[in-house]
Amino acid sequence: MDHSLAYVRTEDAPILKPPANLVGVRGWIMANLFPNWSNSILTILAALFAYWVLSNVLGWALFRATWTGESRDACVVEGAGACWPFVQAKFAQWIYGFYPIDQRWRVNVCFFVGAAALIPLLMPSLPYKKWNALFLLFAFPLLALILLTGGHFSFGFGAFISFVVQFLAIVAAFLPLSVFGIENGIKSAKPGLILVAVGLVLRVLSYALGFELPAIFDGVSTTYLMALLLMLAGGAWGILQIFGAGNQASRPVLRAWLFGGAGLCLVAVLLKWDFGLEYVETSQWGGLLVTLVVAVTGIVFSLPVGILLALGRRSDMPIVKYFSIGFIEIWRGVPLITVLFMASYMLPLFLPPGTNFDKLTRVLIGIALFSSAYMAEVVRGGLQAIPKGQIEAAQALGLPYWNTMNLIVLPQALRIVIPGIVNSFISLFKDTTLVTVVGLYDLMGIVIAGFADAKWASAQTAPTGYFTAALLFWVFCFGMSRYSQYVERRLNTGHKR
Amino acid sequence: MKRKLMGWAFAATTSLIAATAATAGTLDDVKAKGFVQCGVSQGLIGFSNPDEQNNWTGLDVDFCRAVAAAVFNDPQKVKFTPLTAKDRFTALQSGEVDILSRNTTWTMGRDTSLGLKFAGVTYYDGQGFMVKSSLGVDSALKLSGAAVCTQTGTTTELNLADYFKSNNMDYKVVAFEKNEEVLAAYQDGRCDVFTTDQSGLYADKLKFATPDEHVVLPEIISKEPLGPVVRQGDDAWFNVVKWTYFALLNSEELGVTTANVGEMMTSANPEIQRLLGAKNADGTAAGFGTGIGLSEEWVVQIIKAVGNYGEIFERNVGLNTPLKIARGKNALWTAGGLQYAPPIR
Repeated sequence: MDHSLAYVRTEDAPILKPPANLVGVRGWIMANLFPNWSNSILTILAALFAYWVLSNVLGWALFRATWTGESRDACVVEGAGACWPFVQAKFAQWIYGFYPIDQRWRVNVCFFVGAAALIPLLMPSLPYKKWNALFLLFAFPLLALILLTGGHFSFGFGAFISFVVQFLAIVAAFLPLSVFGIENGIKSAKPGLILVAVGLVLRVLSYALGFELPAIFDGVSTTYLMALLLMLAGGAWGILQIFGAGNQASRPVLRAWLFGGAGLCLVAVLLKWDFGLEYVETSQWGGLLVTLVVAVTGIVFSLPVGILLALGRRSDMPIVKYFSIGFIEIWRGVPLITVLFMASYMLPLFLPPGTNFDKLTRVLIGIALFSSAYMAEVVRGGLQAIPKGQIEAAQALGLPYWNTMNLIVLPQALRIVIPGIVNSFISLFKDTTLVTVVGLYDLMGIVIAGFADAKWASAQTAPTGYFTAALLFWVFCFGMSRYSQYVERRLNTGHKR
Repeated sequence: MKRKLMGWAFAATTSLIAATAATAGTLDDVKAKGFVQCGVSQGLIGFSNPDEQNNWTGLDVDFCRAVAAAVFNDPQKVKFTPLTAKDRFTALQSGEVDILSRNTTWTMGRDTSLGLKFAGVTYYDGQGFMVKSSLGVDSALKLSGAAVCTQTGTTTELNLADYFKSNNMDYKVVAFEKNEEVLAAYQDGRCDVFTTDQSGLYADKLKFATPDEHVVLPEIISKEPLGPVVRQGDDAWFNVVKWTYFALLNSEELGVTTANVGEMMTSANPEIQRLLGAKNADGTAAGFGTGIGLSEEWVVQIIKAVGNYGEIFERNVGLNTPLKIARGKNALWTAGGLQYAPPIR
């Protein structure tokens, strides 16, 4: 190229700095806060409002607050702000409720183990997800149950063995279904299933209606014996059938069956074992402990059951469909307070006298069923967003129903409804405060109970208590919300706006 | 105490079912399980509230402890079930609690139609008035022309109307839905007088920014006798609860306290001897304690554990507590009050 041409520059023009009012802090402020007159006025008004709110809140919570003191006298001062000594004195009770003070370490262990197992599960980069999840879903609840109550449950071993045997026999009768697939499986398992069904009907008849066959052996219920034999025969038939399928197919199924039985027995031994822990009844639980127990149980239970109910509601099978619709509409049509009242006050009136059914357990069951119904509708919203073509394509590939759902429909549907699911979780977490109406002290209940302590009653006691409770709830709910947004971003494939 | 109608109706509908569910022989059941199950309020200043050490304290609570001490000689052998106003009767009827000691007003309706029995009056409450001390008023009869803050739709409002009318006084009602609103209005000076049950006035006063600038007037214009409740048709247990209450009163009347109960056992006063289960002159047992299925020294056990009625009152709501409630109607009959117990004889 000819470089002698005078009008061609030989080097780059120097890069000038952008004007000062377009970059840096000043540039950002000018562009975002004061771009024109009207926005400038709004900015100033907003700043004044923020100052007004913050100065009041901070003034109350920090600058004018009482920080030390032994009783209400410290907080009964002209113009005093928050009464923090009250929180200090009551805080342990807000966390543990009436849990015996020298046993609080057990709650701490549960909190710690739960957090230590949950946090790695929530971080996608860490390994051993399967074992982590198994621990959290099976081992941890057992650990928490034994630690929190003290274990050493009294149930007859004979009754338990009989339960395990019957349970395993029933499962065994169904084993051919998992080896041969649904259609062929039903064909080969039919005689076993019929035997088991007859046995079950006998059991239910004798249990619920007091039906008894004439005794053959002294002291042994003939009905029970017959039922047991029928179930064992059914189970044996199922096992014989899968042996016919050859080692390759039957071995993993058999192994799972045996492990399941052994696991059940292990659980029973652990529950019955005397670890030397003092028994703490659930009426002594309270505070954050109860809030977390109720919320976590509701959350863990409601998602799988909700998914099943949502699938059931869209099913073609009439019994499944109408059961799901009935379940969802009944539980959704009843206020949670009514459910709690029924569970804790009406139920004992209908049960035979002397039946003592733990109140917290009743409430847990009520809340789990209630939240499942809500979850079902949230999930159904996601299912309806999946075009029918997806299902038809899966069917065209020859995928059976469960594979279609597991591999094609649910992964897409659940991803769409993550905000809805987390919304349900958060509202469930906050709804736990309703358990106060049946006399359980959740976090909110125990904070309010503290207001009735003559030692601390003052004008600032209640505001301080409510403020602290709100903060604690906010931390948990905000945590859930942030994590759900992280999951949304991670799973986001083409839905982002 | 207000809005009792709803809980009342709710309990009434269930009382039929409950009548069959209630077991006979609560005293035996209690002895067998080893503790008294006591229904208390979820938190009411001076009557029942948990302290920082997880101990329940209060007047209602101490009564249950007295019953536990009478039965087991151990005031800790009692478990507390916090109950809301709505569920309290159901809980008692269904056998979930053995005693309901939850600032419950004794009324004919409750006593006769719910399958329940009131064992006594541990606190004579009633509607009272509070005014700012700067007004210089010392009697409710000087309140003519005052603006009165109260809750809407409660018996309080009706009692108020009756009282002012029968005393030929003018007044203006400033009514709100919730107690918090009433309190806020009174503190903001929107009315001169605040009225609700007197024990509630004392409790609410603690929550004022300037509690010392308000004064509770001595008049009580309605009857709210609060007391422990048990199931009907279980006379053995009813006797234990009723006579625990009477024993507390008799002990105060005879001057038996936690501090001196040991010396009093050797007292020459025959009334004290009978009260404390001392042996007769011929060495036989007097038989009052064993007569109701307890030990001979049941009153000694009670007094050692919780003290007499006066001690319980002073400890929980009395002048040395933040509540600063004077004995008033709750003084013994010998001191011009209403607390009166039949003799142990």
